[in-house]
Amino acid sequence: MANFSTNEFKNGLKLMIDGEPCNILENETVKPGKGQAFNRIKIRKLISGKVIEKTYKSGESVEGADVMETDLAYLYNDGEFWHFMNNATFEQIGADAKAVGDSVKWLKEGDECVITLWNGSPITVTPPNFVELEVVETDPGLKGDTAGTGGKPATLNTGAVVRVPLFIQIGEIVKVDTRTGEYVSRAGK
Amino acid sequence: MSWQPSASISNLKSRAAILAKIRKFFAEKDVLEVDTQAMSSATVSDLHLVSFETRFNDAGASAQSGKTLYLQTSPEYAMKRLLAAGSGPIYQICKAFRNEESGRYHNPEFTMLEWYRPGFDHFKLMAELSDLMQLILNCEKAESFSYQQAFMQFTGVDPLTSSLEELKQLILARNLSADWAQTETNKDTLLQYIFMELVETNIGKQAPCFIYNFPASQASLAKISSVDERVAERFELYYQGMELANGFHELTDATEQLKRFQADNKLRLENDLPEKAIDQNLISALESGIPTCAGVALGIDRLVMIAVKAEKISDVIAFPVNRA
Repeated sequence: MANFSTNEFKNGLKLMIDGEPCNILENETVKPGKGQAFNRIKIRKLISGKVIEKTYKSGESVEGADVMETDLAYLYNDGEFWHFMNNATFEQIGADAKAVGDSVKWLKEGDECVITLWNGSPITVTPPNFVELEVVETDPGLKGDTAGTGGKPATLNTGAVVRVPLFIQIGEIVKVDTRTGEYVSRAGK
Repeated sequence: MSWQPSASISNLKSRAAILAKIRKFFAEKDVLEVDTQAMSSATVSDLHLVSFETRFNDAGASAQSGKTLYLQTSPEYAMKRLLAAGSGPIYQICKAFRNEESGRYHNPEFTMLEWYRPGFDHFKLMAELSDLMQLILNCEKAESFSYQQAFMQFTGVDPLTSSLEELKQLILARNLSADWAQTETNKDTLLQYIFMELVETNIGKQAPCFIYNFPASQASLAKISSVDERVAERFELYYQGMELANGFHELTDATEQLKRFQADNKLRLENDLPEKAIDQNLISALESGIPTCAGVALGIDRLVMIAVKAEKISDVIAFPVNRA
């Protein structure tokens, strides 16, 4: 992979830092009138998810990371790997538990997820922003409550637990925002 | 791309009013306004400055044989030639050009106020600059600390006596995330880094803050102190998170000046950068004799930023480089 000089730094550039692929979130040049200039970058480590800052001397080079993102549809879990398929080429790829992480609770067959590949292997799986899942367990609610005050916990068919309004019943399909883990609405069947 | 200015018309009016105040300030003190050339046949040798260059096709020149001219990174050399010619105190408001990234505090062409005071040392000039700051910004009188004082106060380490190893230990102890620092061999680079992270972030918040007597190795064009040869009579002014001005009790010794230019070029070669032709006009002017004096350059755009409480330099420049 090519090296990138500090003057090529920009948001979204993927670099190898501390042996881990990272994404630049912010890049600031600090240039005094006299003397050495520095580049201060804020990065997200793509495997651990940690956000840290690093400062380089302007003119230094850093190794690039071969990282790409691809949209793949979730197929199934074989107990060890979660399998995804490219709907255009039908190519399949398996992601391990580390790459899937917390996203596992939002994975529904057929949903297109963003898979981040590093040197061709999945390192993170990002579910769609909104998913529609079936309620498999929840306390029977009070009829007539439509304000949704407080709500109650409901277990969905992927194992995720979200707070839903009291009127939601077992067997209903609900729309959930995966970024916040919050109930959005009932989904049309 | 947009044809409209990035600065509001109201900010441009404030800018004009500030420039008028500055001219009045100097007129009342009988400091002469000068207007020297923006293009010169020689440029700075400073390792960290990159000048723009262009070609002059004089009569008889072909496109290939045209003479290289450099856009000034500051008007310093030309103004010193005027001082040597007996101009007396002078100031200039002009564009300076530096071929570097643009950003929140930087535009490749910016407006500089530079002035020289024969007979002043750096302390007397700092006092005059503080007066100007108070006049323009209605701020408090500037504070001042020596480089050594400020560095020791915020790091506990003496910048003048510390070893490379001690500076590296300080970087580790303060958890500064600069991996390159542990293999760095240039003490000034480490000092500049630590100063940026631990000192600059803590000074000049309420009142403007002068830092004076920089390490001799960062003298630039300042005299070495006759009291303590470890330091140079150079100062910087910081206010509200920005570096606003840099000044010197000026080096007037032609031989010493030539040596510094040659040392710059040696450093350039070590860093795989082309050498720069030395400005012989400046050397000749110094040889003919220049009055002892102090001089300072102040960034007008940043001064206006503070005056109008702007977030970024493009808020006070009509057409920054991305709209130029």
